[in-house]
Amino acid sequence: MTTKNKKLLDDIEEAIKSQKRPTITVLSSLLAIQDHIGYIPDEAITAVATSLKTSKNAVFNVASFYPNFRFTPPNTNSVEVCWGPTCHLLGASKILENILKILNIEEEGDTEDGKISFRFNTCLGACSQGPVISVNHELFGNMTSSEATALINKLPNSKTKH
Amino acid sequence: MPQSNYQDLQNKSKKHWEELTNGAVPLIRIGSAMCGHASGAFRISNKFKSLINDKSLEVNLNHVGCLGLCYAEPIVEVKKENHPRVFFRNVSEDDVEEIITSYIIGDTIPDVGILGFLGNEDINLPAPSLDQIPGISLQKRIALRNAGHIDPSDVLQYIANDGYSGLHKALTSMEPSDVIDEVKNSGLRGRGGAAFSTGLKWSFMVNSPGPTKYILCNCEEGDPGAYNDKGILESDPYTLIEGLTIAGYATGASNGIVFIRHGHDGPIDRTEQAISQAYEYGLLGKNIFGSDFSFDIEVSLTGESYVAGEETALMEAVEGKRSMPRYRPPFPAAYGVWGKPSTINNVKSLSYAPEIISKGSKWFSKIGVEKSTGTAIVCLSGEINNPGLYEVPMGMTLGQVIDDLGGGISKNRTLKLLQTGGPLGGVLGPDSKDIHIDFDEMRAAGAIFGSGGIIVGSETVCAVDLTRVLVAFCQFESCGKCFPCRLGMEHLLEVIERIANFESEPSDIELMSSVGKTMESGSLCGHGQLGFGPIRSAMSHFKDDFEAHLIDKTCPTGSCLNSKITPKNTRPYATDYVPELVKET
Repeated sequence: MTTKNKKLLDDIEEAIKSQKRPTITVLSSLLAIQDHIGYIPDEAITAVATSLKTSKNAVFNVASFYPNFRFTPPNTNSVEVCWGPTCHLLGASKILENILKILNIEEEGDTEDGKISFRFNTCLGACSQGPVISVNHELFGNMTSSEATALINKLPNSKTKH
Repeated sequence: MPQSNYQDLQNKSKKHWEELTNGAVPLIRIGSAMCGHASGAFRISNKFKSLINDKSLEVNLNHVGCLGLCYAEPIVEVKKENHPRVFFRNVSEDDVEEIITSYIIGDTIPDVGILGFLGNEDINLPAPSLDQIPGISLQKRIALRNAGHIDPSDVLQYIANDGYSGLHKALTSMEPSDVIDEVKNSGLRGRGGAAFSTGLKWSFMVNSPGPTKYILCNCEEGDPGAYNDKGILESDPYTLIEGLTIAGYATGASNGIVFIRHGHDGPIDRTEQAISQAYEYGLLGKNIFGSDFSFDIEVSLTGESYVAGEETALMEAVEGKRSMPRYRPPFPAAYGVWGKPSTINNVKSLSYAPEIISKGSKWFSKIGVEKSTGTAIVCLSGEINNPGLYEVPMGMTLGQVIDDLGGGISKNRTLKLLQTGGPLGGVLGPDSKDIHIDFDEMRAAGAIFGSGGIIVGSETVCAVDLTRVLVAFCQFESCGKCFPCRLGMEHLLEVIERIANFESEPSDIELMSSVGKTMESGSLCGHGQLGFGPIRSAMSHFKDDFEAHLIDKTCPTGSCLNSKITPKNTRPYATDYVPELVKET
């Protein structure tokens, strides 16, 4: 086993074991892993199935349902744009269009340079400040396209995916 | 904790509150609910912390919730000994130093935006008393009574403001059936959307066999345009925890579960902290206030799924599965989470319980109107001057909410439409200002009050474009379990996109109605049953907009000429996954 693999397995194990809530389920374990390492690798599906004595199919069944799970390592930074009706009325689609353009991607996904993972969000929860975007889980309200661009341009580059 | 100690705890809390709010050490409160967060409250807070540190000042810094005036966020309040509470509005990072030097170190009101003040102390301020601002004076805060005033991470601040007096009263002087009667008599109707009597709902579970029974609190709140549940959890999670405990006592439940969407860290962290503090002070756990009643609460997270807010889908998610609705019967009161009797309430419904018990059902039922008692917690957003989180008495008109609280339509535009009740609710026209916020009146008008979101649109908004976004949301969020919703939503989206692209055919309206009817009668849960609602109400109120697209092939506002980006549902299929998966471990 390579050191990298060993580290991944240890991280997964740690994420599953570090859950503090009294009720531990397939979903709670997957969320803990997603929080801890940023994605659900194959190894995590196996680890959750083993720890909860269920099948890998049953685990992937849950993981594939919720759109917040991803199955490949994320890029360094996360950017999310809200497309809920309030944000839409206040100009979110222009922001979305512009971000897709500057990131050179066509839909939600990862930029090739490893810098940004981009997602649409159905509602970031701060409708009174719409349009809202989230950059590395920090919310920014009353956005304009140019402000959003400036925020994205400030993000650190990355040489390697983590 | 022995019963007699509630008095001790209150005394201790009151002393703590007095020292904090009128002690020698200045108190800074920063509004940091999601509205504050999105406008930079945490960056402001870090700036305060670093300057306080640099200048070695002695200052208490609290992160509080939302006063309701989201448009003025980030709001920073400074309270000094024998001074009124002074509220600064739209504070920028540059204002922080000014506030510290002039007002915290010195005693001059700095030249930054001032929202108002609160308190009787003599003050010469170029600003009104906060109580005179319509956004405050027209509110009647019950569930949000402490929001923006107490620190949601300090249970003593809640107790100092009469927190836990309702639970104490229930446990020391009322039978569970008395509690249910009190809630029934208050006329409280569920605030999650269905508007069913909360007291009656509680009574269904009383006779279900124990000992393990669950009360679930639904804060999935995936509705775009609604943030009042998250607002309560971020501003004052204790009122929910106390309400949930009261519901547990009334129904004979042993466990409470607060169900929140993963990713909303503010509400999650504050609720978990509140629960652990409640345990620390004996307000949860075994023999609360020395009674026979024991109760446990935990937080359960769901992945991103709007349907997880449906009561049986929520139970599936609590069990760690896909959040897909169950067939009914059996009903949750008999067979709920893990097969145990369960009752589900919305955050808002439960958050009223402490005040109803403490002040009595008569007090509550006098607020609002006959069939819709109490308050409505309105999330006002969109093209409005003063978007906010306003708790108002039921029966207020939509016009009052928009003009008096909301300060009218932004950029001097005129009102064209209101989208109410979440994406499955309805769209109302400009003639809706006289409609009262009342469950039945709103429903009769073809909209629902639902979870309380009101999205305001001006004449620049195209009804077809907005409807397209609502339908795209409902399609994205269909869980896929039953085919009328899974296929119906996809079909409706296809047609509405065709209309928005001026490629529609004359038969499209009829086609949508027919699909809508199938969804209504054949879907397993409200998501599909109500999925046609937004289209139907938009078509009835904005016939002209639809006809322009259908017949003249133009979009009067030009909105539909813009790019139409809506996300693809990127859920992977099991077949996309590794082949070994088929093997069982």
